[in-house]
Amino acid sequence: MEPVLKVQDLGMNFGGLRALDAVDLDVGKNEIVALIGPNGAGKTTFFNCITGIYPPTEGDVLIFPQGKDRPKRINGLKPNKVTEKGLARTFQNIRLFPNMTVLENVMIGRHCRMRAGVLGAVLRGRSTMREEKAAVMDSYAILEKIGLDPFVNEFAKNLPYGAQRRLEIARAMATEPFLLLLDEPAAGMNPNETRDLDKLIKRIRDEEGISILLIEHDMKLVMSLSDRIFVVDYGKKIAQGTPEEIRNNPAVIKAYLGEETDA
Amino acid sequence: MITFDQIKKAVLVSVWFMFLTFPIMVIRVNPVERIVEWRWRNMLLIGVGSFILSFVWHYFIRRKELGTQKAEVGGEETIPLAQRILEKKAIYRPTLAVLGICALVFPFIFSLYQTNIMVTALIYVMLGLGLNIVVGLAGLLDLGYVAFYAVGAYAYALLNYHFGLSFWMVLPIGAALGATFGILLGFPVLRLRGDYLAIVTLGFGEIIRIILENWNEFSFGPSGIANIPRPSLLGIDLSVHAATIYIYYIMIGLCLFTIFVVNRLQDSRIGRAWIALREDETACQAMGIDKAKTKLTAFALGATWAGMSGVVFAAKTTFVNPASFTIWESIIILCIVVLGGMGSILGVIAGALVLILMPEYLRAFSEFRMLAFGVLLVVMMVFRPGGLIPNVRRTYKFEGVTETKKG
Ligand SMILES: Nc1ncnc2c1ncn2[C@@H]1O[C@H](COP(=O)(O)OP(=O)(O)OP(=O)(O)O)[C@@H](O)[C@H]1O
Ligand SMILES: [Mg+2]
Repeated sequence: MEPVLKVQDLGMNFGGLRALDAVDLDVGKNEIVALIGPNGAGKTTFFNCITGIYPPTEGDVLIFPQGKDRPKRINGLKPNKVTEKGLARTFQNIRLFPNMTVLENVMIGRHCRMRAGVLGAVLRGRSTMREEKAAVMDSYAILEKIGLDPFVNEFAKNLPYGAQRRLEIARAMATEPFLLLLDEPAAGMNPNETRDLDKLIKRIRDEEGISILLIEHDMKLVMSLSDRIFVVDYGKKIAQGTPEEIRNNPAVIKAYLGEETDA
Repeated sequence: MITFDQIKKAVLVSVWFMFLTFPIMVIRVNPVERIVEWRWRNMLLIGVGSFILSFVWHYFIRRKELGTQKAEVGGEETIPLAQRILEKKAIYRPTLAVLGICALVFPFIFSLYQTNIMVTALIYVMLGLGLNIVVGLAGLLDLGYVAFYAVGAYAYALLNYHFGLSFWMVLPIGAALGATFGILLGFPVLRLRGDYLAIVTLGFGEIIRIILENWNEFSFGPSGIANIPRPSLLGIDLSVHAATIYIYYIMIGLCLFTIFVVNRLQDSRIGRAWIALREDETACQAMGIDKAKTKLTAFALGATWAGMSGVVFAAKTTFVNPASFTIWESIIILCIVVLGGMGSILGVIAGALVLILMPEYLRAFSEFRMLAFGVLLVVMMVFRPGGLIPNVRRTYKFEGVTETKKG
């Protein structure tokens, strides 16, 4: 399969704490890959290293943009540059722009695909207006797809919790990514919302052709969605494989059960 | 309606206040007759006064809480008055026309003194709108804003003194210098936020003032620079009276220009990036916004307006010295933005007019100015944390594919 993301030997130290240790992972085109592991395993840290929020201590993050045969090494890039390259993410603890409207939240995602500068904003020339109008319409189209169009002019902070999670996905999609990184998208959702999310994620993959890497604790969702699963524990990768293989992997069962008996 | 609990609370408050003010309001030592006067009447007054005030205070707090509860239950928010006016063209247009005519004829109806005060207020409107970009939109707490004001004022004073440049030539130079200094301040503070940013910018403002105060060869030290010419109209020097009226119209023009630019900026790609930066820096960056660039444009554009108003200030007073650019000025401008409504153009204008005109017309109570200032801010923060006229975001209507602007 054609890869879109390849992570090799990724390591991250926080002072003396080894949060990630030689983690390998790859995501193929049109694939849904899950990253699972007990609390504190280093999953969010993995996302932060890929998206440039932390520079990884060692290892390589390679992306394979469409139309280019040579991979591009992106570790050390600023988060906004990583997003420009086509990786977009959501956050485990929702990080919307609470005092902006839903539409404006999505329009922020369009920012890196727009050009207008200060002068353009003041003069409002024809190309600026066209770009602005396109941004509004594109953002609205994304909201329609995600099913948030009734809330367009609502402040993001006034949305119900499940809708806020979906708005994060809409905002990330507005940056035109080829890979979407979702950090616990179902956290705090009720079973109905989770079922909708399951459908939504599959639709994003099928209709938009966006590959997906997600962190999730809801095993039912993970098993239903993923083509492949990677398991980390204490910063190390302990298993990888299809949902079937992971379900029966003794190391994984031990990691999860071990955690439960600790708690 | 009035419960025993509320009375008990108010009594406690009044007792507490009587106790607090006891040493200054009741005891007075008369050193001539070597006796201590006990002014019990004052204590009584304070007791009764604070009892009533506390009662009123709690009454309004309760009403406010009821109000928010109702809004939550009803699901519909009460639309602010300013927005309702803006939405109805039938009210909005005539209001604007009346305001415009008032502004135009103002200097011919009122005295020179009043016009002068109004010019000062307009300068603060411009300063407030400039700082509003930095604090209100981009959320960068800048306590050294007055430094850019000083840069503009000294730019005119010095360029005129050494090279004889005229007001109109220095106005754009002052703006450019302001922007340059904005970027100069912006670079070192790119990584700071919140309190740390406030401290560093405060330091920056003081550094500029201290340089102006001590570098005698450059800025003529504390004695400042006098005899700065007022702007001339088409090369003709005007009398003091005419020049003041002229400056008044210049300020009206500059304010309109500022409003025009800021209004367009806040609904643009850049403006949205500023607000996103204010709301959540990490998420903003993760969405592809260049944090450094966005912060620098905010600092630079904010400082541009301060630079320009500095030039006008120098031309108006015909004299500049470092004492005009203390931290206190920065704080007043910040109060204008916070009191008026962060990010709201109308709010900032209202804030500037209230905070600058009120003390001028209430000179009789000038001893209580600081007290009134403090009380006003506290009351506002409790009852209207969004400011006098809170910011409203633009809304869009989608019917099929049509999109119209509402407010
Ligand atoms: N900025 C940081 N500084 C120091 N330690 C950190 C930092 N971020 C994360 N850690 C540590 O790294 C380890 C991995 O944390 P991480 O947030 O990646 O876990 P996680 O797998 O996402 O857990 P969860 O399922 O609870 O979200 C934890 O021990 C955490 O305390
Ligand atoms: Mg996590």
